[in-house]
Amino acid sequence: MSRVLVGVKRVIDYAVKIRVKPDHSGVVTDGVKHSMNPFCEIAVEEAVKLKEKKFIKEVVAVSCGPTQVTETIRTALAMGCDRGIHVEVSGKDYEAMGPLQIAKIFAALAKKEEASLVILGKQAIDDDCNQTGQMTAALLDWPQGTFASEVTIDGEKVKVVREIDGGLETIKISMPAVLTADLRLNTPRYATLPNIMKAKKKKIANMKPADLGVDMVSRVEVLRVDEPPTRLAGVKVETVDDLVAKLKANGTI
Amino acid sequence: FHLRMMEATVFLDTFNACRHFLVSFTRSVPRLNPVSELYGQLFRLHGLVFPLTSELPEMHQMMRQTCRDYADRELGPIAGKLDKEHLFPAQQVRELGAMGVMAVEVPEALGGAGMDYLAYSLAVEEISRGCGSTGCVVSVNNSLYIGPILKFGTQKQKEQWITPFTTGEKVGCFALSEPGNGSDAGAASTLARQEGEEWVLNGTKAWITNSWDASATVIFATTDKSLKHKGISAFLVPMPHPGLSLGKKEDKLGIRATSTANLILEDCRIPLGNMLGSRGSGFKIAMQTLDSGRIGIASQALGIAQAALDCAADYAHKRTAFGAPIGKLQAVQFKLADMAVAVESARLLTWKAAMLKDAKKPFTKEAAMAKLAASEAATFCGHQSIQVLGGMGYVTDMPAERHYRDARITEIYEGTSEIQRLVIAGQLLKEYAS
Repeated sequence: MSRVLVGVKRVIDYAVKIRVKPDHSGVVTDGVKHSMNPFCEIAVEEAVKLKEKKFIKEVVAVSCGPTQVTETIRTALAMGCDRGIHVEVSGKDYEAMGPLQIAKIFAALAKKEEASLVILGKQAIDDDCNQTGQMTAALLDWPQGTFASEVTIDGEKVKVVREIDGGLETIKISMPAVLTADLRLNTPRYATLPNIMKAKKKKIANMKPADLGVDMVSRVEVLRVDEPPTRLAGVKVETVDDLVAKLKANGTI
Repeated sequence: FHLRMMEATVFLDTFNACRHFLVSFTRSVPRLNPVSELYGQLFRLHGLVFPLTSELPEMHQMMRQTCRDYADRELGPIAGKLDKEHLFPAQQVRELGAMGVMAVEVPEALGGAGMDYLAYSLAVEEISRGCGSTGCVVSVNNSLYIGPILKFGTQKQKEQWITPFTTGEKVGCFALSEPGNGSDAGAASTLARQEGEEWVLNGTKAWITNSWDASATVIFATTDKSLKHKGISAFLVPMPHPGLSLGKKEDKLGIRATSTANLILEDCRIPLGNMLGSRGSGFKIAMQTLDSGRIGIASQALGIAQAALDCAADYAHKRTAFGAPIGKLQAVQFKLADMAVAVESARLLTWKAAMLKDAKKPFTKEAAMAKLAASEAATFCGHQSIQVLGGMGYVTDMPAERHYRDARITEIYEGTSEIQRLVIAGQLLKEYAS
């Protein structure tokens, strides 16, 4: 029947207070708690649900990065994915890795694995790019259902309800397709203890971007990372007229 | 040396009969192993070699994380309400059952998670960190109810009395204490007489956790009064059951979401097949069960202690006094340091006891040490956490007061701190006996 690729990204845990490195080249990641990107959790949950409803046969969890990302893949396996693929990227390549490189990798894997669906989180909570899903679809020339809050498979087509600025948009796209998960798509399950035990035995294949014919050169260079400016104290005014006068005085209006 | 031996003998004789029985019953401790060799042995036997100061194995880390996530998201927000309204967390227990947390050590074939005792200890600690009462329910079901059946039950008994209790739909309880004897477990006055194809039980059991929410109990009664503690047997009784009634729910200081009550047996009839283990082995079953149960309670105490420490440390960052966060004051720093040391040392004792058990080595002394250290750490951290919070620690707006109240029971049930000291001393003296 069909196979689904799910992307899972290892990011700094949402509860951690981020600190910028003293040299302003990035944020401190050493010794900091990492976990699976929350939108990736939602993507995994959706894929596993589709498998439980028997729409798809196999769910493959994919992550790109150094050895540590295998923890994230294992968590996906413990949630119900069948096997994992670890695309090894480390050092400078990993630091420079962005949506374009990931999209190229996923496009290559989708073809290699003959996937019917690629499900990703809508964005990662570290870079907030919201680009990987869209780029992957473009590279594959596949239809895309992004910001999905509801996914229904209908034969060879997928009905996707998308959360957009104006409200909800329902589209019908043919498979193979790329979907990106939004917050309200589902509530990810907790990894059960028996599934954690089973995850031990599931396979994680190892490969490099070169094996997929992907070049990891980045077109983007990070110049500097800074913390947001400290919020300054505000000024209280008595009347609306005072407010307007103040706004006019500092050139805002 | 002879005099010292005599003192030791006198000391042993003044023990409660049950402690003396326990000391002679448990396998003898290896003689004077150098500490480092013992550590090396137990880690290799645990199946993995990992330095104690470093990380846990990956599977254990994952299961600890999933329990922590559950506790943070599902238990933390409602723990205050459960405590205030004395509500049994039925839905949460079902969800934990679905995760495998209600039967961690039970083999998969019987419906459990098939993990080891270290994993169980981690699970109970994380759950208790979210809600002390829920941690208690998990511990009682795993260690005190399922534990003895898993160890001493027949295959048929395991299928009948364990499998339905792995899902969280049903929980069990453990009835040993009586109004007339808690620490003095050998003096059980609940009687069981055989009448044809049935056992008939009469008596009263006291302080039974989960009583009002349980669907079965492991209960201890005297079958042969003349044999004293060797005349006690263990039985499995479904709940509700004719002849078994429940006393009023106790109004407790802490762990208020659990129900604690008397079990009253009046000509309670059960089939002969409901005896657990052999006739007269009840006391042994109880003591061995409590040995393991101690690791569970130690884990619960750790969770409560950690929650108290988390509360205090967080407050120390945010609350300002004398122009700076109070975490800058040495008085507060010393308290937090003492709390952290108490928790971490108790945790390592608990892990060691669990790993010894998993390696099928004797663990009686270590389990008692873990329970003693962890429960005293919990009461200490609960107390100091309130102190760090000052007035805020005394009101229900902050969880510090609940941790203080929940911690207190850990020094009492499943063997009081005093009994733990007797157990530890007994084991220790045995090691030094020539």
